[in-house]
Amino acid sequence: MAIRACLGLMILLFSSTISTALFEDQVGLADWHQKYIGKVKHAIFHTQKTGRKRVVVSTEENVVASLDLRTGNIFWRHVLGKIDCIDQVDIALGKSPSKSLLHAPANMNVGKDNLILVFGGSLIHALSSTDGQIVWRKELSTNSLEIQQVFQPRDSDIFYALGFIDSSEFVAYYVNYKNGEVLQQSKASFKSGFCGEASLASNDVVVALDASRTYLVSISFRNGVITFQQTYIPDLIPEFSGKATLLPSKYNGILAVDIASSIVLLRVKGVNELEIIEKINYPSAISDVLPLSKEQQALAILQHDESRIHIKVKFDTDLTNEVLKETIQLDGQRGNVEKVFINNYIRTDRTHGFRVLVVMEDHSLLLVQQGEIVWTREDGLASIVDSTTSELPVEKEGVSVAEVEHSLFEWLKGHFLKLKGTLMLASPDEVAAIQAIRLKSFEKNKMTRDHNGFRKLIIVLTRAGKILALHTGDGRVVWSVLLPVLRESETCGNPFVLNVYQWQVPHHRAMHENPSVLVIGRCGHNFDAPGIFSIVDAYTGKVHNSLVLEHSVRHVMPLPLTDSTEQHLHIVIDDNLHAHLYPKTSDAVKIFLDEMPNVYWYSVEVGKNIIKGYSLEIKGELDMAENVFQPKELWSIVFPSESETIALTATRKMNEIVHTQAKIVADQDVMYKYISKNILFVATVAPKASGEIGSATPEEAWLYAYLIDTVSGRILHRVSHQGAQGPIHAVVSENWVVYHYFNLRAHRHEMSVIEIYDQSREDNKDVWKLVLGKHNLTAPISSYSKPDVTVKSQSYFFTHSVKSMAVTATAKGITSKQLLIGTIGDQVLALDKRFLDPRRSANPTQSEKEEGIIPLTDSLPIVPQSYVTHALQVEGLRGIVTTPVKLESTTLVFSYGVDLFFTRIAPSRTYDSLTEDFSYALLLLTIVALVAALLVTWALSERKELGEKWRYKVQLSVLDE
Amino acid sequence: MSEGWCRGRSLALFVLVILLPIWIAGGFQSDELLQDDEEFGLEGGRPAADPQPPTNPIRSPIRRRPDLDPPSGSADSKSVQFSLEHNLGASEFSPAGTFTARLKSWSHGGQTLTKLRFSRNALTEEEKRAFERLLKEDGHYTIRVPSNVLNPSGEDYVISSVRARCIPRESLDEHFVIHTDGVNIIAVNYGSAGACQYPRLLRYPAKWSFTSYTVLKNSEQAPRTPTFAEELLDGEDGLGEGVKPPEKSFWAKYWMYLVPLGFIVMNAMTQAMNMPEEQQVAGQSTSQGQVAQRAPPTTTTVRRR
Repeated sequence: MAIRACLGLMILLFSSTISTALFEDQVGLADWHQKYIGKVKHAIFHTQKTGRKRVVVSTEENVVASLDLRTGNIFWRHVLGKIDCIDQVDIALGKSPSKSLLHAPANMNVGKDNLILVFGGSLIHALSSTDGQIVWRKELSTNSLEIQQVFQPRDSDIFYALGFIDSSEFVAYYVNYKNGEVLQQSKASFKSGFCGEASLASNDVVVALDASRTYLVSISFRNGVITFQQTYIPDLIPEFSGKATLLPSKYNGILAVDIASSIVLLRVKGVNELEIIEKINYPSAISDVLPLSKEQQALAILQHDESRIHIKVKFDTDLTNEVLKETIQLDGQRGNVEKVFINNYIRTDRTHGFRVLVVMEDHSLLLVQQGEIVWTREDGLASIVDSTTSELPVEKEGVSVAEVEHSLFEWLKGHFLKLKGTLMLASPDEVAAIQAIRLKSFEKNKMTRDHNGFRKLIIVLTRAGKILALHTGDGRVVWSVLLPVLRESETCGNPFVLNVYQWQVPHHRAMHENPSVLVIGRCGHNFDAPGIFSIVDAYTGKVHNSLVLEHSVRHVMPLPLTDSTEQHLHIVIDDNLHAHLYPKTSDAVKIFLDEMPNVYWYSVEVGKNIIKGYSLEIKGELDMAENVFQPKELWSIVFPSESETIALTATRKMNEIVHTQAKIVADQDVMYKYISKNILFVATVAPKASGEIGSATPEEAWLYAYLIDTVSGRILHRVSHQGAQGPIHAVVSENWVVYHYFNLRAHRHEMSVIEIYDQSREDNKDVWKLVLGKHNLTAPISSYSKPDVTVKSQSYFFTHSVKSMAVTATAKGITSKQLLIGTIGDQVLALDKRFLDPRRSANPTQSEKEEGIIPLTDSLPIVPQSYVTHALQVEGLRGIVTTPVKLESTTLVFSYGVDLFFTRIAPSRTYDSLTEDFSYALLLLTIVALVAALLVTWALSERKELGEKWRYKVQLSVLDE
Repeated sequence: MSEGWCRGRSLALFVLVILLPIWIAGGFQSDELLQDDEEFGLEGGRPAADPQPPTNPIRSPIRRRPDLDPPSGSADSKSVQFSLEHNLGASEFSPAGTFTARLKSWSHGGQTLTKLRFSRNALTEEEKRAFERLLKEDGHYTIRVPSNVLNPSGEDYVISSVRARCIPRESLDEHFVIHTDGVNIIAVNYGSAGACQYPRLLRYPAKWSFTSYTVLKNSEQAPRTPTFAEELLDGEDGLGEGVKPPEKSFWAKYWMYLVPLGFIVMNAMTQAMNMPEEQQVAGQSTSQGQVAQRAPPTTTTVRRR
């Protein structure tokens, strides 16, 4: 009976859907959300009706945003799609920011707002400047038109859109600003072709570079008549050699040309007359011209002097004198100035004041006014490439008494308040105070390790080559470093970052040594470019070691081996498939040579549709200084290129922990999970169907899913989905893989699960074998044995398309798993793995119900409460990272895109700890009350007993008498 | 009496319950062949009745058939031949055997390879020595077949390797699983016929000839349970059957109530049987007690007075 009761309870527990939803007052308690915009490409200052200053920016992450000029906060923001690249933004009406409202014509019927024109390719969007709504959109041409310039003559109802078709034809459109209607267009072709951008020199002249980048081409388009005029650059600038670049600018009559060593300012006097004004040496940046009045324009020049930046503002009428000269001090971790935008304001003494918006090399944004940095935005965080986590330092002895007292008092006060809150005695002010205490918990932001392991550092690598450490408590930047090797230099032309790995995680000497991370990059986008290798301290951001490698970097394999100083061994495979062992010490080589026969690796050649497996061998003598190993090809899988192309590969996380191999199923039966770290999931699609959804008919589209053992190259399972097509997302964990794709036949997205079970251990169920010790439970598993596996799979419809997928990871792997799905709405949805169980059936038997199997449904449910991001959006979601903590029930979730979001979730609820809101004071009070009651009742009973005894004694004495 | 019987029966039941799963687990051995039989053919045209490939290994040197059998009536199937090459630790691959298969053309345009046969070349002395060396150094034995069997371009090979020490048993036992997409070979899973123990021990085969097992595998369709709508329709049709759980016997259903009830009844019966005498004894004793107890208070009251 007891067992039955227990089982009944279990069923009750299992069948109640575990929701991870939050209460309103729990928002922000364990999670944080940060909004970014990315590296600013263009900025326009404008003033709102109420006089609030704003700056409208477009960024490399395809974001259009309006920022508050006083604080740098985002006022509104639009994240456009991946393919909607923005080339330029401009305000259509009233270019001069301070005068825009005054110059707005009264007959404007679109509303009193200004239109902001946003264009890319041949498309123009017009946005309202107050709320960012799209007012109209227009596609100017179906050809490969690249709009170069959009500008509007003053007090005019039309604007000009100028562009190139196929880089050889110049087009000018005259467009109605109210509705985007094209009023007139004119074209002319140019033989030698154009290169790059065009610069507007005056109202009817544009200057561009020809294809060889040695000629300046002036184009006049007055009244729809287009004429060209070429100027050879060395004729103008004798020391010029190489190739020139036009700096994007909109000066009236001034042109900025970037030649190899400096920036040259040219004045365009007419269609065929150019004159040098000034040369500015590197590193420097120059702003657009800001018209102040009809005849006066201002421009800002920023020049570096080590860690200082000199800002000069000049008028174009007199370029030899500066109107304003300021110097600001920067910390060394921002790099050079990349872009400058200038804005003016009227000072209290009625003179012109200037402020500049500066975009730095690390993609951060600064506003400088009166020689001070008013605000900064760390917008490099919008382009995270990779991330890892690091433990915080262990709390050391010797904390001062005063601090303890303070915290003790705070602690008591806090708990008193909490107690009041629990007993419903708190006033609204106190409730607010309680909430504030909870949000700004001193505990969660400490810089030391905590008992549960919630406090960590998230170390992120951004595209700009900057490494930042974020605290998991509140998401603040603990340290940041712009890696010197990842900056453009002579030895490394076009550096870009690849990955970040854990290099050293000290356990034995955790008190004395700091952990460090390894950053891998590459000098250029080709595979044969030399690699970049850098080791950074995880607590301080100090660069320990940094070098440009002699070989290229194709793959990096962290090995599960450490040397005597607890540095992780890494294998770097170069373009010639040679393996380089790091760290380059004899100790590491010795450790590695012991394990070398068991090291295998594979490479996926997506273009060739081949997967190859290798082992390592030493040809001849091993050079101890170089540590280079040669590959030995062991296996290859060739996908027929006419019917399959590799769409996706996925593997298990290296550090994933599986609690048990056995899975108890209904009727007290056991299944053995096939758990191998070498499983590779490969999805291939039909070449015809590798494009977007809808590019192929269901008959032409198919998807093959493979499970491959990467040691022996065996195909463990191969299955086809007819009428299915990418984009495919997959996640591999334990013995299962879940993948997401589009089903063309059902016109719906679908998710499939494959679970793989080991049959070779099936004999161990025999009790006698166990008793007699004839089981093979302790025998090592070899990938070379013939695998004896069974596979269960199932498919379900899923409503959303998916941007990214991940799975929760816990310390011991006991807690049930949840899939974390980044939806198209940029939210993260937690879906219980039990919904993706292949053993779900329409009518589960009693024992299956007891096991917790959910009856089969056609599609996967989306429970609104199970959004991990609750009401927030992680705009431009690109990745979800899960990290286990010491507390078994809990996982840390970090999702990044343009925004960052961090939270911790408990897939089976926090069964192993009390929640943070738990009122210890109430518990204490209850205990005290109980003890008091105990004492009182004890005293009472004592007294009563004494009374009884007296009575008895009296009786006895009476008897004795 | 009844209690004893009951105990005996429950003991028997207990033993049965304990033994049943063990007996089932120990006694039942499925002889079902798990791989689907139709798609692969074994070397040497093994009899179709025999379901277990490993029991009927064909030693290649004996049944070597360099020629293909004549087209067996159907005009839409033709023979294909492709060679197996191996690498015994040297840099070059050398021929080691020949696969023969029938290419079947379907009416809907597809083509599939069926009836795979394999003949192994005998090991030369030199190869044998190389193999021994491989065994000694625990090296890899590598094989390859062309990925495109219809017109091998000599470029794309499907390669597979195994540690040489996994192969020797009685003879050299090898196992091929060839994955095709109909015509093209995607991968060859090559390995020992059974388990390969780790750590691998150096062991030489008694016979230096290969025993080969070959399996041809095509892809299978992903299972998809019928959509919910279809399911509903199915449910309406067969509402009466299938849904009902099998009827349990009265005893199986209510034993947990019956057993305690039996105990209560038995208890009551024994009590009832013992009742008469006890009542008499009890009646006497109580009356005596009452008398005995009554006496002292009277005395005390007397004394108090």
